[in-house]
Amino acid sequence: MTATQARPAPMTRGYRFELVKLLSQWRVRLLLLVCWIAPAAFVAAVSQQSMLPTDTVFGRWMHATGWSGSLVVLDFACSWALPLLTSLVAGDVFAAEDRLGTWRHLLVAVRSQRRIFVAKSLASLTVILLLVAGLAASGIAGGLLAVGNEPLVGLDGHLLAPADAAGTVLLAWACVLAPTLAFAAVGLLGSVALGRSPMGLLMPALLALVLQLAQLLPLPVAVQLALPSHAFLAWRGLFTSPAQTGPLLIGLVVSLVWAVVAAALAYRLFLRRDFTDLAYDGSGRRVLVTGVVPLAGLVALTFAVVAAVTPAHGSGIERAKLQDSLATVYAHLYRLQARELGRPDVTEARLKTTASCDKGSVRVADEGPGNDWRCVVSWHLPGVDSVGSAIYQLDVTADGRYVADGDGPKEVNGYFQVRTPTGDAPNPLWQFDGDVDLLADTPEGTVHASHASAPARPGNPSWASSRTYRPQNPPPRG
Amino acid sequence: MQRSPVVRARGITKSFGDVVALDGVDLDVASGQVHGLVGPNGAGKTTLLGLLLGLAVADGGSLEILGTPVGRALAVPDGVAGFVDGPGLYPSLTARQNLTALASLRGNADGGAVERALEQVGLTDVADDRIRGFSLGMRQRLGLAAALLTTPRLLVLDEPANGLDPAGKRHVHRVITELAANGTAVVLSSHRMDDLAALCSEVTVLATGRVVFSGPLSKLAAESGELDYRLLTSDPAAAHQVAEGVTGLGVLPGRDGPDADVLVVRGPVPALDELVVRLVGDGVAIRELAPVVTPLEAAFLALTGAGGGPGPTEGGTR
Repeated sequence: MTATQARPAPMTRGYRFELVKLLSQWRVRLLLLVCWIAPAAFVAAVSQQSMLPTDTVFGRWMHATGWSGSLVVLDFACSWALPLLTSLVAGDVFAAEDRLGTWRHLLVAVRSQRRIFVAKSLASLTVILLLVAGLAASGIAGGLLAVGNEPLVGLDGHLLAPADAAGTVLLAWACVLAPTLAFAAVGLLGSVALGRSPMGLLMPALLALVLQLAQLLPLPVAVQLALPSHAFLAWRGLFTSPAQTGPLLIGLVVSLVWAVVAAALAYRLFLRRDFTDLAYDGSGRRVLVTGVVPLAGLVALTFAVVAAVTPAHGSGIERAKLQDSLATVYAHLYRLQARELGRPDVTEARLKTTASCDKGSVRVADEGPGNDWRCVVSWHLPGVDSVGSAIYQLDVTADGRYVADGDGPKEVNGYFQVRTPTGDAPNPLWQFDGDVDLLADTPEGTVHASHASAPARPGNPSWASSRTYRPQNPPPRG
Repeated sequence: MQRSPVVRARGITKSFGDVVALDGVDLDVASGQVHGLVGPNGAGKTTLLGLLLGLAVADGGSLEILGTPVGRALAVPDGVAGFVDGPGLYPSLTARQNLTALASLRGNADGGAVERALEQVGLTDVADDRIRGFSLGMRQRLGLAAALLTTPRLLVLDEPANGLDPAGKRHVHRVITELAANGTAVVLSSHRMDDLAALCSEVTVLATGRVVFSGPLSKLAAESGELDYRLLTSDPAAAHQVAEGVTGLGVLPGRDGPDADVLVVRGPVPALDELVVRLVGDGVAIRELAPVVTPLEAAFLALTGAGGGPGPTEGGTR
């Protein structure tokens, strides 16, 4: 009596089974519910408040357009939610079988470790995509319903028409799928390597925490770009014109490489596992050898490649680039303010805006992140001989984002509101966000950093203040 | 009726690091046979069952299942089903969902198979309940139902009666017996000799990875040697005196407490017969005479060295 060898279960059935198992878990159902409802509620509620989350990028525009709410959700998700979601889904998908004691049962049914791995990975990826889609769709819906489909102010101050805003917002959400995949793959690796141990579940979250701490440090830009979490920040570059595609593309590639390498490590470890060994329960040493060391090696390799093939050097935050960025944002937002105030429109080219920045004291090099940047923005108005100027304090973070805080004159940027013909409105020049392209070449000819004198300190009478500000049409007074 | 071989293992070895789980194990199971695997904890039963299910591959020796050599993991032929180390079900799914998913994985999309399996193990009434609330016995029965989905020719079960109440046990025994009657070979492990006695025609006893006995149950019982018997009489002192006078019969020292009146004797059946005759002749009423352990259990303890009890001169009952 002979029998044919049993064939492995078809992949689609294995995938469906894994999906059913995941979706039957109360934890996953709760996550889905939260991801599809909470962002809409949050955006709708916060958009109506007078206090906006200005510490989050695009937060200060939540009252102005429905698209900014989704970007606030995206920024928050990149910090915490996405790594946590990958932890709770991918970080548990293999460990759950260890906890339930179902491995042998599953192997007998499927008869292929390779197919089990692929089915589990695809099923967890599907659930993660559903969760991310929920976050995106819910945030957008909440914003559009509560505020409306209005133009979005980009990170260089230019206005994106609603259609452009929609496309760019969706593209930004699509971009963060790459680092999400990387964290999901790390979750798979932790789940395979550590079995029932909760440490496996926490691996993506712990990695996110470590990387966030690293991103707070003034690391060389090549190191920042070599981290798998960089694409969680680099999507912001889509909201400048032209888009900062260099850091974004590098971030996407690095994330995808991480996803492939971590998934391959998990796959190899899974195929080597002996399922008749009842004593198996993962080990810290295994994680170190099969996970941490190869991934640390990947960071080193990526750093070397990025440093070799890109113009990245130093922190990527240089005085000239910062001045250029600030002048650009200011010019765009000046036009916005002019429109609010009912003044005649003037193009950025005619404004000829320049900025002059200084970091700290004379002993500190004008380079790198910090909250001690001080800049003076100057611009020309058509038909007026004198030059207008305004002062800003800049808080620049290592990832290139900065918040410019207006220091006066009051009529331009020293007060949070402006008086418009229809009433008080937020002053776009009072505080705004900007983003320095970490990989951009130092601009030439736009801003004359080397020729510009350092901005005056507060109290320095040489600062032009309102004496040099000659608005063509002063804000109307009631 | 000539029964065809379903399992043929020769010189199977399997180690986990320095631990030798199986050491030159031979096993023959024919179709329609219910074969019991028994042994103390760590004897290698689950490892052997895992090899039969294809969960691992042996380090050495040869294994043929349903006439097909098994040389690598997960490469057992069609027609093998079962479970080791618990039935392995998903608590967040209902009983029906568990079985439907498994049926789908095995390419058995026939919805009737799920219903039939549920009916076979008596779980139709709770088919739509999540198994999170199931008792251990109900899970065991559902695990058996999962194994029945594909009409197996070799059914491998690890402790199938574990956690079952008497009714559930009868149910499971009936299913296994019916399967065997229809030609399915069943290999099951159990710690309970009474389960093996009720189900199995042959048993293999494992100890520290080696086969110490393999054959019919009746032959195993013969391996038990001299048994210890509990003797409860109307006059313990007189009975003790009579027992000491019977040639070939040993009397174990008595115990204090509630068993103080119980006499434990050890010897061959003829000597026991003589003891009974003498007691009756002396007017001592016999209220109970029974082996302290069953012959199968005694054989198991003797073969595996797991008994560790005292001899007649050391005193105490087991």
